[in-house]
Amino acid sequence: MHDTLSIDEQQAKDRLESIWSEPGGIRGWISSTDHKKIGKSYLVTAFLFLLLGGIEALIMRIQLGGPDVGLLSPQAYNQLMTMHGTTMIFWYAAPVLSGFANYLVPLFIGARDMAFPRLNAFSYWTFLLSGILLYVAPMLGIAPDGGWFSYVPLTSEEYSPTKNIDFFAFALIFLTVSTTAGAINFIATIFRLRAPGMSVNRLPLFLWSTSTISFVIVLSLPALTAALVFLELDRLVGTHFYDIALGGEPMLWQQLFWLFGHPWVYIIFLPATGMVSMILPVFCRRPIVGYVWVALATVLTGLVGFGVWMHHMFATGLAEITTGFFSAASMAISMFTILQVFAWLATMFTGRPVLRTPMMFCVGFIVLLVIGGLSGVMTAVIPYDWQLHDTYFVVAHIHFVLVGANVFPVFAGLYYWMPKMSGRMMNETLGKWNFWFMFIGMMLAFFTMHITGILGMPRRVFTYSADSGWTLLNLITSGGAFIFALGVLLGLLNVIYSWRRGEIAGDNPWGADTLEWSTSSPPPEFNFVRIPTVASRHPLWDEHDHTADPENIRLLLEGKQSLATSSVEAADGQTVRFPSESVLPLCLSLVIFALCLSLIWQLGWAAALLTLLGFILTAWWMWPADKELVS
Amino acid sequence: MRSATFNPYQPVLPRPHERKRSQWGMALFIATEAMLFVIFFFAYFFLASNSEQWPFHEDPSFKLALVLLVILLLSSVTAHLGQRGIEKGDSKSLNLWLALSLLLGVAFMSVQYFEYSQHLKILTPTDNAYGSIFYTIVSFHLAHVVLGFIMLAYVLARALAGHFSAERHIAVKNVVWYWHFVDLVWIVVVCILYLSPHFYGTAL
Ligand code: HEM
Repeated sequence: MHDTLSIDEQQAKDRLESIWSEPGGIRGWISSTDHKKIGKSYLVTAFLFLLLGGIEALIMRIQLGGPDVGLLSPQAYNQLMTMHGTTMIFWYAAPVLSGFANYLVPLFIGARDMAFPRLNAFSYWTFLLSGILLYVAPMLGIAPDGGWFSYVPLTSEEYSPTKNIDFFAFALIFLTVSTTAGAINFIATIFRLRAPGMSVNRLPLFLWSTSTISFVIVLSLPALTAALVFLELDRLVGTHFYDIALGGEPMLWQQLFWLFGHPWVYIIFLPATGMVSMILPVFCRRPIVGYVWVALATVLTGLVGFGVWMHHMFATGLAEITTGFFSAASMAISMFTILQVFAWLATMFTGRPVLRTPMMFCVGFIVLLVIGGLSGVMTAVIPYDWQLHDTYFVVAHIHFVLVGANVFPVFAGLYYWMPKMSGRMMNETLGKWNFWFMFIGMMLAFFTMHITGILGMPRRVFTYSADSGWTLLNLITSGGAFIFALGVLLGLLNVIYSWRRGEIAGDNPWGADTLEWSTSSPPPEFNFVRIPTVASRHPLWDEHDHTADPENIRLLLEGKQSLATSSVEAADGQTVRFPSESVLPLCLSLVIFALCLSLIWQLGWAAALLTLLGFILTAWWMWPADKELVS
Repeated sequence: MRSATFNPYQPVLPRPHERKRSQWGMALFIATEAMLFVIFFFAYFFLASNSEQWPFHEDPSFKLALVLLVILLLSSVTAHLGQRGIEKGDSKSLNLWLALSLLLGVAFMSVQYFEYSQHLKILTPTDNAYGSIFYTIVSFHLAHVVLGFIMLAYVLARALAGHFSAERHIAVKNVVWYWHFVDLVWIVVVCILYLSPHFYGTAL
């Protein structure tokens, strides 16, 4: 037989292959617990929501392209605006980052899967089904129309008697389940499954931001859940949380919503900066300047989020809420963001920047961020200037922050990591077109909005008259919106084209420094033949041989295994096991989906039965299969 | 075949166990649940601070709440003893104490049912905002008792199936943690919802 020293690499690979391979086809997809497949599904789904939200935006922009265009009724405009804002903020901006994190986190840390692979599948299915639940409403002709923050009393039963707000609320509660499960999974993965030697001061920066926001999610999402639970109890059961006549308080909704909404800005922003902090240095051919400062700024942003929180909690005045959450958020973000911006600039100036597509998106992101930050400071220092308040200036600002700080880094990440996911390079020429369309479209569409806002055009209007003098600016905005949309489309076409026809990438096409580039492209199902060891922040740039394993103790060939290490130092490896793939996460998500529907239509018995079924499925899911029990 | 061919591959590492991973999971789950209750209490005080009078009618009677508290505290002790048992490898004692904890859980739910039936005569959730927040908090706690109860029952089922040993009983630990958490929340509920109105009188 084999003795320890004579195991050859190929044999080990075959063995791993047979342990980790999953069935193919539809069955494989619905039962998969492979973080790479789940990550890809997450990305595809999030981009579909981006397209949906984008189409809604374009319809609005056609309506606003000229004065008195009769395409949309005020009702329809409100519905589109609500669906657009809700889709973008909740079903695109955060999930797309979860998609990247899902695919990348185990690869960054040299693990073979997430800490809880089935929970990971559950996060995906609940994300997908909650989005579908949201879109059931417009298909029934009752799209929510209360704006993405759905203020009461506008959304109370009195003023929104149809089921529209119920869909909005249950879809969001459903989504918080997904997001919370995901966050718990990321924390457990990052703090337990890192390769030996990857102590916290050697973490890739994306992991600093992902773990920060995961803690923020765990602690801040309950505020949203509570607000929505109260809303639904008011609407379905007849309680009086927001009913001023019987001691309720509409301000409670705003309090709770912004308790959650404020940190949410960081949740869709920090991982994006983390990606830039990893991509930009690679294209400057040097380590990032001020690693410690960037990491610290990331954590502090999360903490300051909670500082503002406390402030909200204990000083519950009315005035400060109306000063606008976006301005407050931008102020707090800007301090630590400025620090990060300087780190990126210093990295560029001391390095030798190579302007490939991912790098262009990083630079574009910095430019947009600075503009968005400045307009944010403007809205923050003149909060009582009714000239700007509730005008298109605010719309311009939120889009600079959201599109600049989320969409651009996401595209940088797409161009940067797609070669790892598909094994093929993205097309550079198309990529450059993609970038310039998006950048110029962005400037035309949203920079112009600042001026429209200063000229006094209010937000959330479905049309305006010709003599208000906003016609030309709005036409430019609408044109820009289409150019931007074309850019996004070019990018997605590029993905599809390059997935099949792109040049073969090889393991490490960018000459990058982190562990995901040490395995093949695309990575095998088990990620790494040997769990690597790490001796510096840049495992692929240093002298240390991260695969060296003379005694074969890091092959781990006894079932689905990986190494668990201590949380801070990443010392003391112990083997951990992963469960087999399973359709139960999908089944449970479907049950929750049905449960939401039964609650919306107040079918008590159905709800009770479904809850019971949910418990049974959960117990079945958790019950260990015999083979995992052997001890 | 596996062991014969692949024994040499066996890692020279401590034997597999997953303690920390699932403990992180449970701790974070408890953290997010705890935040939910923090937010509920925040809403309670927020509504109180915006009302002239709080509670609206009379202060809630706390006698039954204290009985409930005693039951839950006892069940926390029994659950803990069960965990101590299995740590020493005594699965009989685990079964026994778990069963007792479940009984106490049933007792809690029955007394809670009685408390509701009394209380609803005076105040209902749809009477006013005070009733809404009061019953929401108490019912959410009850839902957590039910969840914890199901977890305990699940762990007992696994214990009876012989899954646990002195070295391997992480599920027991996690579920007992959760049960203690449910207990802790009730202490806070009793203090804030039932006791505190008697101290500050009717005007807050
Ligand atoms: C093609 C790109 C986009 C266009 C043309 C566009 C256009 C618009 C328009 C016309 C409005 C309504 C403004 C009003 O009437 O007050 C709006 C609102 C909004 N958009 Fe976009 N948008 C785009 C992309 C995005 C993205 C990528 C995000 C987020 C990641 C986003 C987030 C929002 C939010 C949060 C609102 C506010 C909704 C509300 O007031 O409830 N948008 N957008």
